[in-house]
Amino acid sequence: MKTLQKIGLLLFVVGLTQFTALTLMGEFEMKSQHFEQVAEKHGIRSSVFIQKSKEVFYRNSYLQLSDLTKGIENLVQLSNDHYRAAAREPNLSKEAKRAAYQKIIYANPKELTLDLARLSSVGWVKEHPNLFWWLSFGLGIIGALFFILPAAWNTVSAAEKNNKIYQTSATARGWVAWLVFAYLVGFYLLLYFAPQYSHHWTLILDPISEALNGGPASRWFVYGFMYCVVMLVMALRMYIKYRHNAYQLLRTSSVLFFQIVFAFLIPEIMTRLQLPATDFKNAFPLDYDFFFSWNLKNLISSGGLGLFILVWGIVLTLVVVPVMVYFFGKRWYCSWVCGCGGLAETLGDPYRQHSSKSLFSWRVERWLVHGVLLFALVMTAATLYSYFTGASSLWGLKTQSIQNTYSFLIGAVFAGVIGTGFYPIFGNRVWCRFGCPLAAYLGFVQRFKSRFRITTNGGQCISCGNCSTYCEMGIDVRAYAQKGENIVRSSCVGCGICADVCPRGVLKLEQGPEKGRINPTEILLGNDVSLLNLLNQKK
Amino acid sequence: MKQIVIIGNGIAGITAARHIRKQSDFKILVISSESAHFYSRTALMYVYMGHMKLEHTKPYEDWFWKKNRIDLLQDRVLAIDPDHKSLTLENHPPLSYDSLIIATGSTPQFYGWPGQELRGVQGLYSQQDLASLEQYAPHAKQCKRAVVVGGGLIGVELAEMLHSRHIPVTFLVRETHFWNGVLPQENAQLISKHILSKGIDLRTETSLQEIIGKDGKVTAVLTDQGETIPCNLVGVTTGVRPNIDFLKNSPLALDKGVLVNAYLETNLPDVYAIGDCAQQQEPMPGRRAIEAVWYTGRMMGETLAQTICGQRRPYRPGHWFNSAKFFDMEYQTYGAVPSARENTKEVSLFHWEHPDKALALSLAYHSQSEQFLGVNSFGMRLRHEMVDRWLSEKKSLSYVLVHWADANFDPEFYRSYHHEIIKAYTHKTGQQIQLQKKSWKRIFNLQSEKT
Repeated sequence: MKTLQKIGLLLFVVGLTQFTALTLMGEFEMKSQHFEQVAEKHGIRSSVFIQKSKEVFYRNSYLQLSDLTKGIENLVQLSNDHYRAAAREPNLSKEAKRAAYQKIIYANPKELTLDLARLSSVGWVKEHPNLFWWLSFGLGIIGALFFILPAAWNTVSAAEKNNKIYQTSATARGWVAWLVFAYLVGFYLLLYFAPQYSHHWTLILDPISEALNGGPASRWFVYGFMYCVVMLVMALRMYIKYRHNAYQLLRTSSVLFFQIVFAFLIPEIMTRLQLPATDFKNAFPLDYDFFFSWNLKNLISSGGLGLFILVWGIVLTLVVVPVMVYFFGKRWYCSWVCGCGGLAETLGDPYRQHSSKSLFSWRVERWLVHGVLLFALVMTAATLYSYFTGASSLWGLKTQSIQNTYSFLIGAVFAGVIGTGFYPIFGNRVWCRFGCPLAAYLGFVQRFKSRFRITTNGGQCISCGNCSTYCEMGIDVRAYAQKGENIVRSSCVGCGICADVCPRGVLKLEQGPEKGRINPTEILLGNDVSLLNLLNQKK
Repeated sequence: MKQIVIIGNGIAGITAARHIRKQSDFKILVISSESAHFYSRTALMYVYMGHMKLEHTKPYEDWFWKKNRIDLLQDRVLAIDPDHKSLTLENHPPLSYDSLIIATGSTPQFYGWPGQELRGVQGLYSQQDLASLEQYAPHAKQCKRAVVVGGGLIGVELAEMLHSRHIPVTFLVRETHFWNGVLPQENAQLISKHILSKGIDLRTETSLQEIIGKDGKVTAVLTDQGETIPCNLVGVTTGVRPNIDFLKNSPLALDKGVLVNAYLETNLPDVYAIGDCAQQQEPMPGRRAIEAVWYTGRMMGETLAQTICGQRRPYRPGHWFNSAKFFDMEYQTYGAVPSARENTKEVSLFHWEHPDKALALSLAYHSQSEQFLGVNSFGMRLRHEMVDRWLSEKKSLSYVLVHWADANFDPEFYRSYHHEIIKAYTHKTGQQIQLQKKSWKRIFNLQSEKT
């Protein structure tokens, strides 16, 4: 078994190395039709962009992607300088002025580079996308399975599942963890801020993308596909690790289903059918751009289905979400349905113990997560105000800049780079705990109006700390359990691991009557009954 | 302001300190030689197995003590002087107290075997024991085999710990089956089978005769069966005894532990003893004089705090309960279930056991009245509050079985064995009973129920 795992690890590392190397590999052969295609796709009307391309790319073969990036940046600069100067010519008619301004390029040069790189790429990868898919994705998946599956035979019992967690570099913030941290952060930075490096990833996924949505793969297709693959592989690990626990098996299947079907397949198929692609389970305000004007316009102009999506989105947030939280707690969303939660509960499971349990962290959490919720609401208010009145700003703040700031700070950096990149060091729910505005909203409902609680079983707690250690949301579960108090914290996502790791059967997730749900106690069950009654009455 | 001094920062002493602080402004000082802060002793095994780090075993963050004005002192108390109400310490000047609480817990019991002072012979009780285990049994390369002596809860935990590092374990148990001094024979057999299934070399009806060593280090043990078992570690888990050696020359009345009355008072004024080290002069019926269990330590702390703060109260715990874990098999008990040794005709047992899985249930009931007296549950979690109420309300065995779903505390979606249990009951007694679905009304006592 050990050998099998070592082979698996080796294959995985080879696959990952190949996957990483794809960002740096590549030769490019420019042709003017490439520029025309890119210009057409991005609605570039500048003729200078095409004309000067031969000047800028005087050699038509470039070895380095960085040269390509620089070239495009120059080209865009040249073109924009040209039309800005043209627009400033004295004695120009209004029409001519507007025509010049319309030729200014606003597209992100890196996006242009990505598309140009895809078109002009020559060589092995472009010719054999399937081969390179197998060398990167294929080897990675097979290697991971070889590494994960033997555990089904190696670990014989449920009590052994957390053995050596704090004695293993990868799960105890050792050098492996820091390496994974750096890799994940690097991956997200590249995906969000240097997309041109993903051109080979899109090329090798083109066949799958075409089969699903009828078009070439975008970098977001790459991300969505990877997300599903990673979750699927790590879900198998979950099935093995928690195979004694029916709750975990069902929950894992549920997040997997919602990710693959709702977040990935349905939107891709809708794209193929030329319908507005949407993730029906993604609720505002996690889906922060739902009310952005481009989305509203898009939905309203897409006929009956568009309107349905619009109404469903509003009903989901205002009715479905709170009603479900009343009956089942926020877990129905956060650890049964949500995509962020899904990744956290699969890829992130080996790191759940790293969430800080200190009171200080709890304080930071409440400020941050409610701050983000407020931010999202203010942004949406400004957006809707702009949408209905046509004004570009609210209270002197430009709607567009609020949206851009949110998209950059919260949407990309917090949810992506920090949210997932920090898994190996700060645990798997950094985003869900400190950043997710939907979690904050669900949390209010869960705390103040819900039937859900984690029941503490009388006086059985021995304060061992397994529950707190393995709480991914950083709740000091033991602090409640050892007082005989139920846990009704707003942040609890109901993953059920505290109940699983408890060696004394003290914790149970359940929903029951609201009465008695919050039960502060002075002393615990098992002691003198009259003393128990006396002290608990006094309270 | 009255100065309370507590010797020992375990669950008993710390619970007392917390509750005294809740009700008073007394000055509180907790002295411990073992650790700077309170930690959960029961979690030491998880540190060795790598589930947690030592810092995770601390139930309160370090700022907690200052905030709650509970002073901590890491030192060893050498002697007490009740005439002057003062304590002598190893590294600090003498201290005086107004009230003294002795909560020094237990220490592993050694029975004077030849060779017991060798290196690599140890109990498992303190952080120091854990450090020693890391030294002598860090992995299977250095520790080729370990022998664990004594079939109690700590023994099986130590076996599990060593097993987690792939160290072969031989487990010597004096009884015919593991822990049959506490459990009915059927339960003891189940656990023995379970331990064997984990690959532990369990030797029943075998005792330790002698520990053999070389250069001051253990190399083997000799059993009373005449067998020599080579090993690099001997874990002595033949029970614990009150940790009161430092009190031997004091005027305190001692037996095995510090003798206390129902109010947890010793023979000296303003000196109390709680937790593992306290020995009840007149234990409650059905209870032992020394109960070295986490829960009783906590309850004594809760009770004594009342007395210290002016509401003098006897220690009168409710129904007995306890829990443990044998590798991956959880065990909970409520009420009184007679052991294999205390076979009486007055009490009968109803057993149910799963044919293949490690799941079992033993319910004790009064033979004539059929009153439910207690339960041992293996691999199935029970709702403490529910079972406790059944015991208080003296429900019958059949009532308990009919409403068994109310007491189920397993995680959601776990398979319930209620049907099988009822079937077994019908098979045994010929009595037809219908199971009832779980009811929140009954669980929460939301309306008085007619039975």
